[in-house]
Amino acid sequence: MRTVFVFATALAVAPIAAFAQDAGGRNLAAACAICHGTSGAPGQGSPLVPLAGLPKDHITTQMKAFRDGKRPATVMHQIAKGYSDEQIDQLASWFASQKR
Amino acid sequence: MTEFKRRDFLKLAAAGATLSAAGCATMAPKGRVVVIGGGFGGATAAKYIRMWDPAIEVVLVERDGAFVSCPISNLVLAGYSTMQEITTGYDGLRRHGVQVVRDEATAIDAAKKTVKLARGGDLTYDRLVVSPGIDFTFAEVAGYEAAMGTGRVLHAWKAGPQTVDLRKQLEQMKDGGVYILSIPVAPYRCPPGPYERASMVAAYFKQAKPRSKVLVLDANPDVTSKPGLFKAAWKDLYGSTLEYRGNAKAVGIDAKTMTVKLEVEDVKGDVLNVVPPHAAGEIARKAGLITTNNRWCDVDWRTMESKVVKGVHVLGDATLSGPGMPKSGSMANNHAKIAAAAIVEMLNGRSPAPVKIINTCYSFVSQKEAIRVSSVHEWDATQGTLIAVKGSGGVSAARSEAEGTFAWHWAKTIWADSLA
Repeated sequence: MRTVFVFATALAVAPIAAFAQDAGGRNLAAACAICHGTSGAPGQGSPLVPLAGLPKDHITTQMKAFRDGKRPATVMHQIAKGYSDEQIDQLASWFASQKR
Repeated sequence: MTEFKRRDFLKLAAAGATLSAAGCATMAPKGRVVVIGGGFGGATAAKYIRMWDPAIEVVLVERDGAFVSCPISNLVLAGYSTMQEITTGYDGLRRHGVQVVRDEATAIDAAKKTVKLARGGDLTYDRLVVSPGIDFTFAEVAGYEAAMGTGRVLHAWKAGPQTVDLRKQLEQMKDGGVYILSIPVAPYRCPPGPYERASMVAAYFKQAKPRSKVLVLDANPDVTSKPGLFKAAWKDLYGSTLEYRGNAKAVGIDAKTMTVKLEVEDVKGDVLNVVPPHAAGEIARKAGLITTNNRWCDVDWRTMESKVVKGVHVLGDATLSGPGMPKSGSMANNHAKIAAAAIVEMLNGRSPAPVKIINTCYSFVSQKEAIRVSSVHEWDATQGTLIAVKGSGGVSAARSEAEGTFAWHWAKTIWADSLA
């Protein structure tokens, strides 16, 4: 057998509360990144509004308007129907907390 | 590169990552994740694990020097995009502290938690991510393997050299020739992909070789994705340039006579684009990850962990798809986020929670117009799988240039989300 050539790494004991992120909102928002960009920051020249740093209330209102058919869309009316009020709240909080 | 230098490089890279990751030279990393395959699934997993917990070491094993995107590659066939445009390097991942090793994984020892590499040496891991894409089961189409050496039959179903070759063959074909596209029985990579390809080649013919014809031989009974939208586009835009035949499974090919053999008849063409049936990429087979129909890998959709090999997460096209879930780049990217979230939790000694994901697939039907299908999938404890959320998802109202703009934007954004 050939050499095992990368450092052997021991599993460290889990640090307590070292990870204080809002993983729920973060994980929900990660799915949006395929169109809205990583952490809600689409690339240059994107026709989409950056979600990162948008006011929470604005994101919530718009998601609900898409969901209820009040704001016309090509795709967001179909996506928004997949999310509950609580999930929209989590998404909006997370995107609002991201740096622009 | 010699064995010694390679070893040295990896050691340095590992040490470097440890230093920058933990921000403290004395802190050991929380564990090492090895990722096999740098496509939409593997690249995204590598990036997101580093992004979500920089104290985890990530080594990506990829045999190619750059990622070539299957989405948009059909536009290259029509001359509407270029290989350069659909190619992205791995420097973006390196900037996230991912150690990118250009090599091929040849074996996995799940008991010892090691991955064997073709150029020598083993990598040890705490968690392993296998995102191997698909390989073809050529033997299911008689004569395919013999014909491959001649270059007269192409699949071009992995974007790369075959994309370039197929474009050349289309350019060299005489006006009045027949391009045959043979589609395997579903499930295969990218359900709408073949129909987009037929549209792109028809658009090219209409513009450059108007007497030529696209003949689609589909092993499936009907168009498997967005059938109404595709058929409307074909009727309106391409008329007799594009002929579609369902229940037309290729069982053999003869490159000498340029013939595709169906169950009941033989069909001759000038360019043969025969896409063979697929299975999970070869390394998944070698590692015993295949569970179903001798083709696909069943996973726990809360973590993407293999149902049969502990500590190994399988992503993307290689998985036994959940209900209503296509084998797509969007899905592979989202699978990676489920795995990344779960692995970060596991290596921090916490329990993973299910992650909700989105699929969106755009298909071009002409140079500027596209159509789309979307769905939202969430964990259902009763059914023990991810299911499409009731009432969500759907397809475009109609083909449009607006969808075409969004399609290009989606491609550039997902390339960046996966690799930058």
